[in-house]
Amino acid sequence: MKLAIDCQGLVKRFGTYTAVQGVTFQIPPGTIMGFVGPNGAGKTTIIRMLCGVLVPTEGQATVLGFDVRTQPEEIKQRIGYMSQKFSLYEDLTVGENLDFYAGVYSLRGEIARAEKTRVIELIGLGDRTSQLVASLSGGWKQRVALGCALLHNPQLLILDEPTAGVDPVTRRIFWDLIHQLAKGGMTVLVSTHYMDEADTCDYLGFVFYGRLIAFGSPDDMKKQETKANLDDLFIYYVKHEASDDPRNLVKRKGGLS
Amino acid sequence: MQRFAWVRFIAVLKKEFIHIRRDRPSLIMAIAMPIAMLLIFGYAINTNVEHLPTVVWDQAQTVDSRELVTSIRNTQYMDPDNFVQGYQEIEGYMDSGKARAAVIIPPDFGKKIQGMESASVQVLVDGSDPTVARAVMSAVQMLGLNKSLQLQSERIVAMGTAPGLEMPLNFETRVWYNPDMKSMVFNIPALIGLILQNVIAMLTSFSIVREKERGTMEQLVVTPIRPLELMLGKLIPFVFIGFVSLCLILATGIFWFGVVPIGSIPLLFVLSTLFLITILAIGLLISSIAKTQLQAMQMTFILLLPSILLSGFIFPRETMPTLLQLLGGLFPLTYFLRIVRGIFLKGVGMEYLWQDTLILCAFAVLLLAIAAKKFKKTLD
Repeated sequence: MKLAIDCQGLVKRFGTYTAVQGVTFQIPPGTIMGFVGPNGAGKTTIIRMLCGVLVPTEGQATVLGFDVRTQPEEIKQRIGYMSQKFSLYEDLTVGENLDFYAGVYSLRGEIARAEKTRVIELIGLGDRTSQLVASLSGGWKQRVALGCALLHNPQLLILDEPTAGVDPVTRRIFWDLIHQLAKGGMTVLVSTHYMDEADTCDYLGFVFYGRLIAFGSPDDMKKQETKANLDDLFIYYVKHEASDDPRNLVKRKGGLS
Repeated sequence: MQRFAWVRFIAVLKKEFIHIRRDRPSLIMAIAMPIAMLLIFGYAINTNVEHLPTVVWDQAQTVDSRELVTSIRNTQYMDPDNFVQGYQEIEGYMDSGKARAAVIIPPDFGKKIQGMESASVQVLVDGSDPTVARAVMSAVQMLGLNKSLQLQSERIVAMGTAPGLEMPLNFETRVWYNPDMKSMVFNIPALIGLILQNVIAMLTSFSIVREKERGTMEQLVVTPIRPLELMLGKLIPFVFIGFVSLCLILATGIFWFGVVPIGSIPLLFVLSTLFLITILAIGLLISSIAKTQLQAMQMTFILLLPSILLSGFIFPRETMPTLLQLLGGLFPLTYFLRIVRGIFLKGVGMEYLWQDTLILCAFAVLLLAIAAKKFKKTLD
């Protein structure tokens, strides 16, 4: 079976700072993969390498069968991307934003119109198309941003903390949509801080200090470390990994703890 | 009433200084700008017009005429370095701006001076810059008066009596290009360049920096859009806006101020387009360095102020120290001002403007290449 994402020992260094270190994982198409980990762990850097925006320092990765080093343009045309910033043009209406992104993904005339209608229906934007984005609430901005990322029927949807700062109801609606899209065959890669969201993913990757320290299905992971829920697992990992941090060893030797 | 707490005050003070220290562009503005302004103003605002390039047509070729040229040089106002034969050559020098004044000495000059008659010398002045023209005219009048007095006294000594009340030496001054010496005629064409530069550079850089500020650039990076597509898509609207403002300024200049271009308007448009391209490149360059709109605005101003002072917009470049003249040569506006003023006031065509046009072309190509390269980097 062809893999949606195949990462082999990805490394990214910025000067002397290593942001990502030896990340290896594989996910099949039509599944949802969640990235969890503290802020600054390197989730966004991994995501940007998979989008073909950042070139990995070492390692190999193919996304939808295309090499991230040599075929970034093929990847960009086939993925949908949305970040927590909901990068929309505030001074444009919802419809104008959709039109712009349709153009960016080379959708023309009849097809562009059809895709726009499909997305508006899918997201439930309805009569808001003529509203300025600036006047929308956070939840609606999030939906419009998702709509823009879905116009070109991407095979892979990459979401970088899409639900940060969004109310629980909107989060629920959003995730229902994500599951619906995955059922339709779309692969989804999503980073999040919410464990309830992470629990519903097919695969979970735990990123810490630039390394992928655990990878598997949520149930397997919980079983492996005998934890009842993901919150406990998360805290266990952080403590476990942090104890390996050389700084903590020094502390202990000094008898501070 | 609450007491003023020094602790809180000092805390704020400290914090603000940290802000300022971290904010490089503002720091540069605060330190470098005053010094740069002072130097530029100090040197460039030199209303003393000196060493203007002058062309001489000496038809007499006598000791007296050569002496006259020497005394013209001694005024320090004019440098009569070029000698020609005929009006046509004079026109060529004046049209191209190689000479700002011309001295024409009649064939019978020596005879008249020696023969106790009154001789007149014609002086043509380029009036496109009224300040320069006025300075030259008064210098020439002073010289005429001095020379006349000197000749008068020599003649009195020679003859014993006064030879008459007529001045032995007359300077007839004639102003070319802007005979009424209206500064408006000088300033309005130049404003075309200045306004285009300000407005377009700022708007262009704003439109790109805005994408960075709002995070939409980050989104565009992950889409298949190519740097060239984005760049052209962003620049073309400003070419259009540039044309609209150009038309507006031209119309206002012609219909409101009554400053009508003597030369070809199509040529003006073609060369303005060239200038517009260099300005767009500057805007693009600013946007690739600036991270916020505020920074972009600061950079535009840093670029703008010296160009007003050094491009010849207000002060004649000829009278500036060499270093400032060289600095002024780094601004595309300098060359464009020569072009617009040439077309507006002198009605000259490409035969005299090709040099400035070539330099402007070089600017456009160079700046666009650098800007495009930098822009591509921001997107990759």
